[in-house]
Amino acid sequence: MIKIKVIDREDQVHELEAPTDMNMNVMEICKAYELPVEGTCGGMALCASCHCYVLSDHELKEASDDEEDMLDQAFFVEDNSRLGCQIRLADDLEGLTIKLAPQSD
Amino acid sequence: MIETDILIIGAGPCGLFTVFEAGLLKLRCHLIDALPQPGGQLTEIYPKKPIYDIPGYPSVLAGELVDNLMEQIKPFDPGFTLGERAESIEKMEDGRFKLITNRGTVHLAPVIAIAGGLGCFEPRKPPISNIADFEDKGVEYIIKDPEIYRDKTVVIAGGGDSALDWTIFLADVAKEVTLVHRRTSFRGALDSVEKVIELHESKKINLITEAQVIGLNGNGKLNQVQIKHKTEGEISKTTDHFIPLFGLSPKLGPIGKWGLNLTKNAIDVNTFDYATNVEGIYAIGDINNYPGKLKLILCGFHEATLMCQSAFKLIYPDKKLSFKYTTVTGVDGFE
Repeated sequence: MIKIKVIDREDQVHELEAPTDMNMNVMEICKAYELPVEGTCGGMALCASCHCYVLSDHELKEASDDEEDMLDQAFFVEDNSRLGCQIRLADDLEGLTIKLAPQSD
Repeated sequence: MIETDILIIGAGPCGLFTVFEAGLLKLRCHLIDALPQPGGQLTEIYPKKPIYDIPGYPSVLAGELVDNLMEQIKPFDPGFTLGERAESIEKMEDGRFKLITNRGTVHLAPVIAIAGGLGCFEPRKPPISNIADFEDKGVEYIIKDPEIYRDKTVVIAGGGDSALDWTIFLADVAKEVTLVHRRTSFRGALDSVEKVIELHESKKINLITEAQVIGLNGNGKLNQVQIKHKTEGEISKTTDHFIPLFGLSPKLGPIGKWGLNLTKNAIDVNTFDYATNVEGIYAIGDINNYPGKLKLILCGFHEATLMCQSAFKLIYPDKKLSFKYTTVTGVDGFE
């Protein structure tokens, strides 16, 4: 179990307890806590509805081509943009802090 | 005017399989889909991805599953209205529903099965606050008639095939074409990428990478875009047109206004026959909601099957329905 911080679109900070032994990703844990993350495609890096910014300096696995391709179709993309569904919860992510990207229409 | 027994909205896997189950009961079906081809998300979003939880298939590509479903329903000769969005419904005096699409095609049926999945696919719109003010006044999300860009200045945004293809095409039509993309590499087909780079090097187009369009200006009509470049800051560019090409995303759309009970963009149904609160309208597959709902194709198939039994009783209240196995009766299609 690790703790991560999710800052929602109203700048409210949510501290989540995230299990690392259930093969879950950041999109799924946000949905489990009923945060406003849609995850429309179910985690295939095919919709960008879980677009977020990584604020802490954790070293994450580099984004795959699929993820970069999908970020091309997202908006307000920054250098620290990632798709939440592509960040797998693991023990080395203790203290991970992300901010949800603005929702696009 | 199209008349049928069950009018299915959405030609995804669940809508397609409905044709089979309805056909076994001698009910005819017609499908409407906003996309130009059948298959829904499977064809549009992930045709080459494997699915592992279709019973009897250890692994099947999404596109293959659609091909197989099309083959399976062939004996029942379904009709299709493709590339049109179901817009409005009205209950007629004879008890049937009249459904009209956004292109004005009229359909009549006693039963409507909404198998709309995530909704209909529409272009993703950049979240620029005043973008709606310039829609059809310089901002277009879909290129319908390339001639309107003749001798005009055009800014295209995006990095996929449609952004690349239209940049190449409009290079010969428009006065000036500028392609704006957020990074230096493109996800489109390799020869399109090479062609765009070649056009840029020969100064036939402008290419601004590591940049995004963040603002629009104009007085009643678009005349300038604001571009934010990663290192050079903000750039203003005078333009007649801005064409953002960021792919498609699903929206519930007009179905949300048909008087059906909804929970979080999903249509409430009972689990007896997947009927909605309006008699004669059912909702099956990813678009419905009930306690314990799982958005799985295999659940949609089950829902479609039970729904057809109920639809039969609604259409033929006096006929007795006897349950038969396909192994015993075979598949007796329509002539």
